[in-house]
Order: sequence, then structure tokens, then C-alpha cells
Amino acid sequence: MLDVAHIKQDFPILTQQVNGHRLVYLDNAATTQKPRQVIDALVQYYETTNANIHRGIHTLAVRATDQYEAVRARSAGHIGASNPQDIVFTRNTTESINLVARAWGDANLGEGDEIVLSLMEHHSNIVPWQLLARRTGAVLRFVDFDDNGVLDIDQARQLIGSRTKLVSIVHMSNVLGTINPVAEIAEMAHAAGALVLVDGAQSAPHLPVDVEAMGCDFFAFSAHKMLGPTGVGVLWARPGLLETMEPFLGGGEMISIVKPEGSTWADVPHKFEAGTPNIADVIASGAAFDYLHDLGMDAVREHEKAITAYAIDSLQRIPGVAIHGPLDIERRGGAVSFSMDCAHPHDISTIVDGHGVAIRAGHHCAQLLMRRLGVPATSRASFAIYNDRDDVDALVEALQHVRRVFADDGARTAV
Amino acid sequence: MTAPEPQFDELYRDIIVDHYRRPRNHGSLAAPTQQAEGVNPVCGDEVRMDVSIHNSVIDEIAFDGQGCAISQSSASMLTERVQGHSIGETKEVIGKFRAMMVDGAAPDSALGDLVALEGVAQLPVRVKCALLAWNVLQEALQQAASAAGKEPA
Repeated sequence: MLDVAHIKQDFPILTQQVNGHRLVYLDNAATTQKPRQVIDALVQYYETTNANIHRGIHTLAVRATDQYEAVRARSAGHIGASNPQDIVFTRNTTESINLVARAWGDANLGEGDEIVLSLMEHHSNIVPWQLLARRTGAVLRFVDFDDNGVLDIDQARQLIGSRTKLVSIVHMSNVLGTINPVAEIAEMAHAAGALVLVDGAQSAPHLPVDVEAMGCDFFAFSAHKMLGPTGVGVLWARPGLLETMEPFLGGGEMISIVKPEGSTWADVPHKFEAGTPNIADVIASGAAFDYLHDLGMDAVREHEKAITAYAIDSLQRIPGVAIHGPLDIERRGGAVSFSMDCAHPHDISTIVDGHGVAIRAGHHCAQLLMRRLGVPATSRASFAIYNDRDDVDALVEALQHVRRVFADDGARTAV
Repeated sequence: MTAPEPQFDELYRDIIVDHYRRPRNHGSLAAPTQQAEGVNPVCGDEVRMDVSIHNSVIDEIAFDGQGCAISQSSASMLTERVQGHSIGETKEVIGKFRAMMVDGAAPDSALGDLVALEGVAQLPVRVKCALLAWNVLQEALQQAASAAGKEPA
């Protein structure tokens, strides 16, 4: 088990008071807080290393390039990929998916070709494909999920067929917490001759991930949801795939030879990293990978299973609370969405904020999912390595206060 | 349990919760002269409003919608406050409510129950919830002015 008391001490932001209470940060699916090791890495980079990479032969340029490329290797290692050159750095998961839609999709999809998604996708795994469909005449198909938030695998099997060119599916839902059977889906897609993109924005931070065992063709995630800085996205592609793709953005760093009549491209992955990249944040992301791997991703998963199970059990004891998503802890991660019959999610979020508890309220960038659930919005608590039972108890106490304000069953008291 | 900060205690006063649970003038009118609606795309709050204006007086007003307690109680209290009043008086009320929510003006007693929403002004992310119904009412008044061939004031 993780030593959470010790871990908390590594996160300076958690020591503060918010609205007169200890900060209880439960919005980790939106972004996680950063340990001192990551903040120090950022400062150290600017104080000792700052230089542009991949050009210049002076000492700092070489040092910066080496550190940047070392994080490429650590990114690959984090998801079980053997070759760092199959990793492209982007700004975020959204940009990683847009890169695939442009650089692979434009060349490989045409009129009537189908892209299979699910109704539990984040907008970042819907809108790029809608734009691609508009450019190419391709058609989007959506796999439903059941009332427990479990993907309808039979419907996936029906929808994935000879017209399917791509299946793009979330590994762990940012709303329901559902962990989808991505290996099984990859097998179906490959049998139909389609490629598979896995949106790992919520899984890479919280689960041991092995893209080779998963069998996907693309895997996208972001550093900022896994203790790293904002502004660093990662795209992994199956070996050989990046070489077949056209460039995404044009400019410096991504070329080999530039002539008036045209240019040739740098080798992958640099072909996809036009312009000066986010060097400092990539290098500081390395400290985030190190932090997680020092703990061990298996231990991270076990801790988050325990805290999520405790949270689900505690929330279910509050009258009028309904949880959206699987209750089976083996099939879900630590994003726990819920509704209260007496109060709207925004009022819930405001009241618990008054107790120092940060949760998310809204549609969570998943309007198709909200429509499927039949609710305009939900409240969401999402957990990370530094959350403990005290944090869950603080949430529950704050939700009891929501009931005192709104419930019509005698719980209301003068406030 | 430790007490929450005063500003949060002030926020959800009894009268707000009461209007949220039992909205007044809720539904639609049989023969509205104006209809308007508004949505806060970020949070999904919705308000639709039917207004019946004759001789520059709001004879009847009704709303429905969905959303948080702030947006829906604001709409409910709005309808109670402006029903039976002239367009001129209504515009004054709109001005006073906006002044309280946006400009930090002290609550004006002419706002009646609506002063209960004063605490929302301290939470910038929630001000748009309180203002939604007022934007919808203003849209309805502009429609009425256009229909009457006058410039909206």
C-alpha cells in the first residue's frame, strides 16, 4: 500500500486552506496536482539547462536535447512500448487525436468509410472525427453502453465491419470510470481490417498500461493528468505506422531539406514535432514518470481501487445519492460521477467548495454520454495517489451539508 | 463539524431554496405576446419565458426550464416581481438587479425577495446563473419593442 501521508508532503499545494478548510482536491480527472519533484525539475531546467533542442552544438543545447529525448524513452516505457521513436510529443491528448485524424485520417478515409466510437467518449475523441467525416464523407457510428455504464460489446461486434476503417475508444471513461475491454475491441477491429486508437487520458495516469499487449495502433495521453505539467501530450503509434503518415504541422524541426520547389521531411518522430516544442514541460514530465514508477503502477492502481471502493460505499450511504457507472471495482477507475435527488450539480459543487472540497460539476466534455444518461450534468469526485479516507470523509460531510440545505425530508435545518 | 465560511452560508437562503423547490409562475401561457429562451452553454442551465404584454404592462408571465437553484429561483422570483408592472418599472428592476449582481451595488429594497441572491455576486462563476432569466426577459422586452415599431430603450 502507498504511504499516503508521506506522499501528501510532496505536494506543496495540498498544504493550503481553501475557504477556511484544508484543501481536499478531488478533481484529478481534470488535472492532478504536481509533486515538488516536478516543480523542481521545471525550475532546474530553466536555471541550468535552458536551450533549444535538436540544433546548436553547444553544451546546453546538447544537454537539453538529451534530457528531452530521455523523456521520450520514459514515455514509451510507461505504456510498455519498446521503441521511443514511436512516441510523438504534442500539447495534450486532444492534439494527439487531431494529429491522427489529419495525418492518418485524411489519407486513409473516403466517402462511406466508417469510424466507430462510443457514446462515452470525451469531446476530444468525437469532434476531430466529425471534422474528418466532414472533409472525407466518412460516417461515424456509436457504440452504446448499458445502465451500469458498461460498453455494449455485442453492439460493438455488430458495428465493426468491412466498412470500418478506424475504431477510436476511450480506455477509461472520465465520467463513468468504466474501464473498457480495449484488447478485445482491438482484436475485433483488426479482424475487420480497421485500426484502433485508444484514448488513454484517464488510464495512463492510473493503470499499468501495455500497448503491445493491448494490440492498439495509436495510444494518446497527457502528462498533466499524471502529476506532470500542462502542455505535454503524448501520441504512440504502432512501429512503422508513423513512417506511412503525412506531416501534421509544417515548419522548423520537422524538415530534412527545404528547397523552393518543396521539402523533404525529417525522420519520425521529429516529422510530427514542428517548431520549438514544450521543452521545459516535457523534461519536467520525466520527473512525473519517475515519481509514479518509484511508487509502481500496480501499487498506484491498488491504492486507487481501495479509495474508490471506500468512496462508492460512503456515497451510497447518503440518502438520495445515485452513482453513474460500474460499481464493480475491477471494471472501473477512480472517476466517480454521482447525482443527488435534492440538488443540482452546480449547487453541490459550490456548497462543497465552501468546505474546501474541490469536485467537478457539469457535462465533463461528454455531452453524448450525458444525453444517454438522461441528465444535464453530474457531480464528479476523482481520486489520485495523494487522496485518503479523510478526503472521502470530508466530501461526505460536505454532501451531508448539501442535504441540510436542499433536502425536503427533514434534513433541512437553519443554515 | 466546522462551520463553513459565512459567504457560503449566506448563499442558499431559505427563500432561494423555496423558490427552487416550488417555482412560482411555472409553465407556459395560453396566449403569450412574446416568447424567449436562453441557455448557459457552459453549465446547461435553461430558461424559457412566456410574456403577455398589453398597453405596456406585463399582464402575465410564466417560465420553465432546468438548472441549478440559483438560475431557477432567480427566474421564479423575477416573475413574481415584474408581473402586473409596466415595462418602464420592469426596466428599472432589471437595472437594479444587474447593478447588485455585476457592479457590486448595495441591494435595493425595490428588488423585494430578489435581494436574497445578493451573495451570488461574490461568486463570479455563478453570476451568469442568476442573470440567465433576466437576459431572457430583456430579450422578450426587445421583441415587444420591435413589434411595436419602437427602438428598444
